This record gives sequence, C-alpha cells and structure tokens, in this order.
Amino acid sequence: MLKSLNIRKLSHSQLAIPLFALFLVIAFNVFRDISFFSINVITNNYGNTVLSGNLISIINGASELVLLAIAMTLVTSATKGQDISVGAAAAIAGSVFVRVLRGNEITMPVIFLALATACIVAILFGLFNGTLVAFFDIQPMIASLILFTAGRPIAYWINGGATPNVDSPLLSYIGSFIPGIPIPSPILIIIVFGILVTLALRFTNLGLYIQSVGINERAARLNGINPVLMKLLAFMILGVCVTIAGAINVCRIGLINHETILIDIEMDAILAVAIGGNALSGGKFKLAGSIIGAYIIQALTITLYAMKVSSTAVKAYKAVVIIAIVVIGSPVVQQHAVQLRNRLFKKPIKLTENN
Amino acid sequence: MPFRKLKNLFSRDIGNKPKEPISSTALLLTITICAFSAMYIFAMIVWGGGFLNPQQFLDIFNNNAYLIVISCGLTIVMIAAGIDISVGGVVALITMTCVIFLEDYSGSIAGSIFLALGIGLTIGLVQGFLVAYLKIQPFIVTLAGMFFAKGLTTIVSSVPRTVTNNTFLELKQFRVVVPGIGSYGKSGNFIPARIEPGVIIALIIVLAVWVMLKWTRFGRNLYAVGGSDQSALMLGINVKRTQFLSYVICGLFAGIGGYVYLLHTGAGNSANAYQAEIQAIASSIIGGTLLTGGVGSVIGTLFGVMSLKTFSNIVIASGLREPYWQSITTGLMLCFFILLQSVIIAYRKKKGVG
Repeated sequence: MLKSLNIRKLSHSQLAIPLFALFLVIAFNVFRDISFFSINVITNNYGNTVLSGNLISIINGASELVLLAIAMTLVTSATKGQDISVGAAAAIAGSVFVRVLRGNEITMPVIFLALATACIVAILFGLFNGTLVAFFDIQPMIASLILFTAGRPIAYWINGGATPNVDSPLLSYIGSFIPGIPIPSPILIIIVFGILVTLALRFTNLGLYIQSVGINERAARLNGINPVLMKLLAFMILGVCVTIAGAINVCRIGLINHETILIDIEMDAILAVAIGGNALSGGKFKLAGSIIGAYIIQALTITLYAMKVSSTAVKAYKAVVIIAIVVIGSPVVQQHAVQLRNRLFKKPIKLTENN
Repeated sequence: MPFRKLKNLFSRDIGNKPKEPISSTALLLTITICAFSAMYIFAMIVWGGGFLNPQQFLDIFNNNAYLIVISCGLTIVMIAAGIDISVGGVVALITMTCVIFLEDYSGSIAGSIFLALGIGLTIGLVQGFLVAYLKIQPFIVTLAGMFFAKGLTTIVSSVPRTVTNNTFLELKQFRVVVPGIGSYGKSGNFIPARIEPGVIIALIIVLAVWVMLKWTRFGRNLYAVGGSDQSALMLGINVKRTQFLSYVICGLFAGIGGYVYLLHTGAGNSANAYQAEIQAIASSIIGGTLLTGGVGSVIGTLFGVMSLKTFSNIVIASGLREPYWQSITTGLMLCFFILLQSVIIAYRKKKGVG
C-alpha cells in the first residue's frame, strides 16, 4: 500500500519524465551491449592513473551542458524566455580567457586573473541581454538574437582572427585530471558548483524570488520584489556559468576556435531544461530536472557514437528521441493515456486528478 | 510640443470621424519602408556606382528569393504567436534530396518539385500536429525538426552534389528580362536587367500571403489567435486548426524555398541555407512582426529581407570586407530595430493606442 502510494506520487512529480527517459536510455544500453558500462583504470599520457569508460565520458562530457542548463533554467524561470546566445557568449569568454593567458606566463594567479576577466566580460554581455529584456521588455529569444549573430565574430576579433592554443600542465589540471585524483576535474568542478547552487537556493530567497517574478511579475512587484533586478541577476548568473563552461572547454581542448567552441550548445541547453519537465514559459522550476536532462542528452549522444553513428547524423536520431520524450510528457497524451487506462481497468474516472 | 507633430503623422482622417490612430502593424510597416528607402538612397548618394545599377538592385532578389519565401512562412507562424526554426534545415534537406533524385534516380523535374513540396508539407504537418494538438512548445518541436532535417541531409549524402540534368540546367539558366530598365556596358551597349524565375515565385507568394492575411477569414484568424488565443477561442475561432495550418503553410513554403534555392545554386549541400532560419526571423522582426504575435505584415517582411541584404552590401562597400564585420553590423542593425519597436510599442501602450 505504502509502496504504491510512493510510486503514484512519483509518477505525478515533475521529475517522472526525465527519470523515465534516463532509465530508458540506460535500459537500451543494457540490452544492446552491457560492456557499455564498464569502467577501466588506465594510465594516461601524463602518467596519471585515471578512470575511463563510456559512463565517465558521459558525465565528464556533459559538464559544460550541465552548467549552462542550470543557468538557462534560472533565466527561463525569471524571464519566460530563453537566451540563445550562450554558445556565442562562451566563445567570447573563452577568447578573453585565452587572450589573457597568452599575454602572460601561465601560473595559478594568472589563470584566476584570466577567469576573472572573462567572467567580467561575460557578465557585461549578460547584462546587455538582461537590459534589453528587463528594461525594454523585449522577449529574451529576440534580445539574445543580437548576440547570437554578433557573438562569434566578436570572439574572432578578440584573438585577431587566429585560433591560438594554450599549453600548460596547470590548464590540463582543469580540463582533464589532477595528478593523484582518478576522476576528471570537470566532474569535480560540477559537483562543487552544484553544491554551491543548491546551498544558495536553499538558504537564500533567490529561487523563490526568481520563480515569483516568472509566475506573476505584477504580484511579485506588489510583494516588494524587484523584477528588473531578478531578471538582471539571472542573466549575471548565466554570465558566470558561461565563463566556467567556456574555460573548461578551452582547457579540455587546449585551444580556442571561435567557430566551433560549444557550437549548438544553446539548443542542447534549452532542450535539457524542457526534458527536465520545466515549462519554457517560465515560472516554477526544478534544477534537478534540468541537470538530469543534460545528462540524458549527453548519454544519448555517446550511445549513438558507440553505435557507430557518424557525428553529423547523430542530430537526426537525437531529434526522434527528443520528440518521443516530449510527446510522452505532453499533458494531452497523458490525459488520453489515463482515460484509456481507466477504460481498460474499469476504474471510476477521477476528474480532479488531471485537470 | 514636438510629440504633437509626431502624433499627427501617425494618425489619419477618416471622413468626419475623430482622428483614429493607425494600427501597430501599419506603423511598423511604414517605419521599415522608410528605413529601407533612407538606407538605399544614402548608399546611392555616398557610394553611387553599383547601387545605381538596376541589376545590382535586382540581384538582391536573385540571391535571396528563397529567403523571401521562407520568411513569408515564418511571418505567418509568428503572427499566430508561434516560431519555426526548422526552415533552414528543411531547405538544406530538400536541396540534397532533389539533387539525389535528379541525379541517381534520373527523376523528372515535375517529380523533384513534388518531392520538394512533399517533404516540406510532411514536416509542416508533423510539426503543426505536435504544436497545435499535443500542445508541445513550438521551440522544442521545431528545434527537433531542425536537428532531424540537418541530420537526415547528411544521411542522404555526406558530400556536396551538383545537378547535371540538362532540363534542370536550362531552367536554372532561364532569365526573365525586365522591360525598360537596365544598364549600359563599357562599350555603350544596353544590357537589360534580368531576374531569375525564383524571384517571380517569391513575389507571387508575397502577394498571395498579403491577400490571404488581409482579406481571408483564415488570415484574420491568425491575427486573432496571435493576439490572444483565449479571446480567439471565445470568439468561436478554431484556435488549434489555425495554429496547425500556420505550421503546415510554413512547411510548404520551406519546401518551395528549398526548390528556389536549388534553382539558384544547382547544388545540394548539408551546409546550404546555414542559419537561414535566423535570417528569416531577423527579416520578419525588421519588417515589423512581433514575436509575441498578433502584429505583422508580409510586405514588411519583404522589406526586411531587402534591408538586411542592402545593409550587408553597404558594409562591404564601405571597405569592411572581412566576413565577421557583416555579422557584427547585422547584430547592430537588429539591435536598432528591436529597440525602436520596443520604444514605439511601449509609447503607444502608455497612450492607450492599438
């Protein structure tokens, strides 16, 4: 009795769909090839003992996406729209990061200086979008269309049209492994960041205020919350996340290519938010959903790669899976499914449950 | 009061009735046309040369006929408060499948046209059904549509292909001479201005959509649904069917646009129409269509495409030849138009007009 109640509760929760989708992807891999999940301990080029395997590369590879999905959730919640310029902004932040690094000898303080500079630049670009959205009342997707068009060219201009590389063992600590720790550093960064964000949302009113602005801006203002400030804050947090994502990617690859760095990630980030069961029309959100959504997308990509699907064709399969997930999650389909179940099992129809 | 003059400009006399302010749609359209004319006249005065050549003006149409077609589809969807970002991918998919059909299966021209329209229509039908009847967010549906189309293009063929079918090449090289205008060559001979068949298709579509939006019940329903779907529902409008049809039409136009693109370039490539959806959205916005829905006109979209492309020409003429300048200046131009619209709409809302 108790168990069935819990399942019932879970099936009505927002996380039901993302968890179900993640389960489907995992189950598919179990049936396809169980060795997909094997984790090996190997020694890499630097002589470190590290973990390797598909599972690790899924969690590692999704790091940037998780960061951007977190920020995108906050922006979506507060502004009822999405920022489509995160990829371009990451290219700008990464370019600034590389430019500062190449101007100096790479030491730990210089890396922090570079990160701080990139962070300030990214926050400024975030504030540009935020100003258009909060003060001029422009839809976020349109406002960020400007930076989406001009962002990567600006990144090109920052480094004088080249794709410079940065090479330092210190950077590889951020991008791949710290000696002695077998887990890839981006995973550690995500864990630390995730804990910080969770604490911030639990012990401050940030989450509540952002949601209330998204649910009803007038009501929020009447209750003493400043909607403009909340929207700007969401875009500033996005700027910070974009910088970290850009820096991780630069350290991972060792160079900045303004054309290809984190390309199409804005689409994946928005998808992660939607698959996580969050409404793209703003309001209430669950960060856990978006994070699971990001891992689903990455798991899907790695699974398709493991099935020898070419990197350009992956998109088509991904699209089919995504449509399947959102169709199952669609309230209309769920309502029909409930009606069908009730008809089949002759249960009385409860009108209050799904309306 | 300087505003009084401005106000008189924005209003018109209708018989003996009190002055009635013009609608947001008409106002934004006027601004777009004025901005385009000012931009072009400025270019003609400053750089002369190419901008005075009628052929160069017509080349804006020749090179962007496909963009005009897909922007029309996007305007329809945006007026109904939707969005379709799959159009660029669909154009690429259609160019590729039509080339393969013409080359490897030695298909006929008519067959390839049906294929193009069929693909566009199918994608439009599926997307429309998912958005209108299953109530899935349009951005997600059409994003998946874009991924699907782009992925499928590389599955159909991962290398660029060119059409060698003779009938098709004849059609591709066919030019319509515009009577009366042209330029004089170096030896003093008169070269008449020419346009491609795709331009005629594009202009017919613009005209048809304009008539549809203005005079048909479906067209008016689109504005009603985009303005407020709740009110539209209470007026007895079939909201779901209107939304569904808007996506179907957009898909169909993507099909036509894909074929027009193929007629212009004669090649299938997965990189074809790269970021065309963003350009089409930008054109619609510059043309005065609001993404919130309910406001917009297809003539504005036509001028939006022309403004966008004229501006690129001006950037090139002014000596900023690196491709990245074009993107940066396009961004600035978008910024200008978006801010202008936002300020005008806010001012009108404050005054309680339209």
